[in-house]
Amino acid sequence: MSGPTDVAACVEEARRAIAAAGSTEELRRVTAEVSGKRSPLAEMSRELGALEPEARRQRGQHLQAARAVVEGLLEERAAALRFEERSRELAASRLDLTEFLPGSPAARAARGHLHLVSQTRDELEDVFVGMGFEVAEGPEIETDWYNFGALNIPPAHPARGMWDTFYLDLGEPETTLLRTHTSPVQIHLMERAVLDGALPIHAVMPGRCYRRDTPDARHLPVFHQVEGLVVDRGITFADLAGTIEVFTAAYFGPDIHARLRPAYFPFTEPSAEFEITCTLCRGTGCRTCSQTGWIELGGCGMVDPAVFAAVGVDAESWTGFAFGFGIDRCAQMRHQIADLRALVENDIRFLRQF
Amino acid sequence: MRVPLSWLRDFAPFEDDAAALAATLDDLGLVVEGIEQVGEGLADVVVARVTTVAAIEGADRIRRVVVDAGRGPVEVVCGAGNFGEGDLVPLAPVGAVLPGGFAIGRRKMKGVVSDGMLCSGRELRLSEDHDGILVLNDVAGARPGQGLVEVLGIEPDVVFDLAVEANRPDAWCMAGVARDLAARLGLPFAVPATDALVAAVAGAATTGGLAPPTGPEAGLLASVRVTDTELCPRFTARVLTGVTVTDSPAWLARRLTLAGMRPINNVVDASNYVMLELGQPTHPYDLDRLAGPGLLVRRAEPGEAVTTLDGVVRALGRPGPGLDDTGQDCLICDAEGTPVGIGGVMGGASSEIGPATTRVLLEAAYFVPMAIARTAKRLHLRTEASARFERGCDPEGIDRAAERFCELVALTGGEHLTLAPGVLDVAAAVPRPLSVTVRPARLNALLGTAFTSGEIAGLLGPLGMTATATGGPDDPVAVVVPTFRPDIRPDPMGQADLAEEVARTYGYARLPRRTPAWPQPGRLTPRQRARRRAKEVLCGLGATEAWTTAFLSEADQLAAGASPPFIEVTNPLVEAERFLRSSLVPGLLGALRYNAERRQGDLRLFEVGAVFARAEVPPAEGPPAETTERLGAAFAGPGDDAWSAVAAWRTVAEALGLDGWVLEQGPHHGRAGRVLHPYRSGTLLAPPVREGGARVTLGVVGELAPDLVEAAGLVASDGRPRRIGWLDLDLDALLDPATARRRPAEAAPVSRFPSSDIDLAFVVPEEVPAGAVEATLADAAGDLLESVRLFDVYRGAQLAEPGRSLAYRLRFVAHDRTLTDDEVGEARRACIAAVEARHRAVLR
Repeated sequence: MSGPTDVAACVEEARRAIAAAGSTEELRRVTAEVSGKRSPLAEMSRELGALEPEARRQRGQHLQAARAVVEGLLEERAAALRFEERSRELAASRLDLTEFLPGSPAARAARGHLHLVSQTRDELEDVFVGMGFEVAEGPEIETDWYNFGALNIPPAHPARGMWDTFYLDLGEPETTLLRTHTSPVQIHLMERAVLDGALPIHAVMPGRCYRRDTPDARHLPVFHQVEGLVVDRGITFADLAGTIEVFTAAYFGPDIHARLRPAYFPFTEPSAEFEITCTLCRGTGCRTCSQTGWIELGGCGMVDPAVFAAVGVDAESWTGFAFGFGIDRCAQMRHQIADLRALVENDIRFLRQF
Repeated sequence: MRVPLSWLRDFAPFEDDAAALAATLDDLGLVVEGIEQVGEGLADVVVARVTTVAAIEGADRIRRVVVDAGRGPVEVVCGAGNFGEGDLVPLAPVGAVLPGGFAIGRRKMKGVVSDGMLCSGRELRLSEDHDGILVLNDVAGARPGQGLVEVLGIEPDVVFDLAVEANRPDAWCMAGVARDLAARLGLPFAVPATDALVAAVAGAATTGGLAPPTGPEAGLLASVRVTDTELCPRFTARVLTGVTVTDSPAWLARRLTLAGMRPINNVVDASNYVMLELGQPTHPYDLDRLAGPGLLVRRAEPGEAVTTLDGVVRALGRPGPGLDDTGQDCLICDAEGTPVGIGGVMGGASSEIGPATTRVLLEAAYFVPMAIARTAKRLHLRTEASARFERGCDPEGIDRAAERFCELVALTGGEHLTLAPGVLDVAAAVPRPLSVTVRPARLNALLGTAFTSGEIAGLLGPLGMTATATGGPDDPVAVVVPTFRPDIRPDPMGQADLAEEVARTYGYARLPRRTPAWPQPGRLTPRQRARRRAKEVLCGLGATEAWTTAFLSEADQLAAGASPPFIEVTNPLVEAERFLRSSLVPGLLGALRYNAERRQGDLRLFEVGAVFARAEVPPAEGPPAETTERLGAAFAGPGDDAWSAVAAWRTVAEALGLDGWVLEQGPHHGRAGRVLHPYRSGTLLAPPVREGGARVTLGVVGELAPDLVEAAGLVASDGRPRRIGWLDLDLDALLDPATARRRPAEAAPVSRFPSSDIDLAFVVPEEVPAGAVEATLADAAGDLLESVRLFDVYRGAQLAEPGRSLAYRLRFVAHDRTLTDDEVGEARRACIAAVEARHRAVLR
């Protein structure tokens, strides 16, 4: 065999060879040369048997130490080479992340958008759920009784002029209609609760409504309302005012307040219109609020005894309040949407903003 | 309703602070929609005499006018031609700011410099007249250079534009507004006698009023007969003779103008004035043009035609659509029965007051509100009178209103004016004052207050109610509600009505507030949560939610595969779009097209909403309609097709925990085939929740039919219809745990032992659905199967058998041991045997 026979020289030779290995591949070859079965150190180990015991012991120790050194050098070099190679790979796999192609397969998972009205409705529901309300829903096609009669709006009542109604060709003329407000859901809820003996009621009722209004910047013939109804023992107008105030602050922000002023709704008595601090000028007065600092949001009041009578709730034991306002209008105010018709155009440039 | 502050002051001494008054009116529920400062902006306008009028070369619409306003000649350019040299006109010089903030500057037109503007009545907000310049020749004492305000005696005023609620007919007049306002402000309220009114408003000495009635009795001059006291429970008539029809006094005409009514003549104006002041409509007739002479009040014959004052022929006496229209219309006829007007709604032309009128019969009546409401609604005829009568006028205010009318006509009616003695009066049962007992405990339970009986009486009294608190603070208050408050109902509603009155007079803002609490938790229903989740999943798949119209045309309905007859809106906004949608397809296709037309058609859109159909079996209760909540999703992004819809469905089903559903491949033909691609669509079915029940249809999935897509204009660049993936789900079925089976609630334990996979590829004939093979594998593999998944489909010449190769990966696992090769091999053999036996398939 060739090569150094001296242990120290072997280690030196191994050190040189290891340092010279430029890749993991080369290092594997060097490993065989310097620590494999045919390496000089292995040869020397095999030759130990021929020595005297004392000399064999000494030389054995030397050889073991030398092999440990070589192994250490190999490991060290291997780690260094792995690091270098991984670094080169990383650099080679560089991406310019601003080269993003929106049409590429990876981009197909782009998030879609809930309609602004859905988002608003969800958020309103969440606020009311947090205040202890359940969420109830009802049909969009209603009878005259649920939409008007039970709500203390008999036929030909002048108050019917407050709602321009779409009538349907179902049954007798003008008996079936598209609900003009979510209030019929109140009637369904109370009827069911009376039947099941399940009073009290604490519910909000969001939903789609229809009025024969020509669409313009502030009106849509199809729109969304949320209605609230509480029927319980000991409920007063003070609870109504407090509920409106808490909701207003929770949804619009702590610096937005509510105030009530007398109004007329056939299904509540006393009734009130509720206004909130103008969300645009925060109450200092602007064009939107006609310099008053307040904008109208909805109507509310104590459930009229005639409504309780229509559904069979004992008005001596139970009192209640109801309120209602436009979901689309909330969205319009919060996002300063100049023209409500943008909500039904379905232009993706509008929808994806929310 | 336009309410001048000066007019309100007839009834109570209100302060000047318009903003404070407006805030108080708002807080009373008399909502101020606008405040107009009258007489503002006129300070700089002066009287000027026209000295020269000359044409301007090259202009035929404008002229050069030189005027003298007392400080030398001023040259202006003017477009009006209703004046000439020597006339007196109002001049707004440079620097003046007219009402509404219009600033006058120096302008140059056709080379002529204009140093101001000659003004029309409308520009000065003094009248509605905009046909020419306001000519002041007839104004006594007008001289060039004088201020217009001084010459016309204009007093600054404030006009509130009030929105009065439908239930407050009493507040729909000056006196009513003043009563509410005075009650709140603690001011004394009174309707002044005519004499005092004229003295206060016009500054004239007392007129002595209307001379005592003389001459023949009214009953000898005219007759009044009422044959239907159900529609008209009280009808009165007074007769004035020797009337001179002329202009109204300036103050009266001005008040009408401020309130938004056009002065016509002293008789008509007096009637209008009384209506605005007291809320009672009256109607003056030219007695000499009434056959009889006199009036007959009767019910219209069915089909009877009447020509109203507006020249329209109206058919009466037959019920219109809508509940409870009795078709009963009240006609006012001459004594021979020829109609001269529709009672309480509109008069006729034949007996109108004209310049030649000398004898006036004044009608003041009470009509039943509901009857007027029905008539006015059916005829689409809403007049100042009908709007008041249908809300309910004060039956006890008739005589005062008629007397006020006579006194006002007397101011200008000429020296021969005489009121005939006696009143023609037909009276049946009219509403009487109402007694309501208010229990303080009940009122406080509604309002959350602690009012005593004395406080309640104190708050109701100033509104014109007689409220008597007898006994202790908790004892009932006896309230007598006057007839001008028809909104207050008998008990038990009356207490709630009076609670509102107490609260209003006290001030809503001062009422206490409390945040209520109850032990019941608030929450969404499982269905509501599932709906939100489904929508969020679709958003996660890149679909955006749309909101499309509920009203469709017949063509759209048919194109969407719905079967007529559809539910129809009887009074649609757009005639063509009068059907309630039976499908979400037309709306979403429309939304896609809208975006495609804006070069943004690569989209995924979805919508959740109701669709409607006639009920095949009308329900025992409720409308004969079936409403279904559906989720529709259109996949029209790059590369989208039926697979996108299938992938979306699988994600939705997974998210909702649906278990055991199957996709039953088409082909769809007939009606459904017009909507769905016949070979690229299928029906989604759920197993019955209960054993033996019918399978539930959850919806459809696949691709829209190319013809439908093409008709919607959604074509690719090669002109061929685009492939649009379509998912349409019945949420009533899908979101209801009682309808569609869900994964069991119990958690399935996860095995701690390694699993083993086997891959099986079969050549299967094309007509065998891959889903069926998969179901067979799942069935045959036994209890050890963890999952089965199709992972490759191959079609090509390499196959020995006709069909395609379907490759499945099956994963087996046991919960108590590592599976042996024998166990897996056993399952493998069973799978192969089952598939080959059931599907004419061959293992590859």
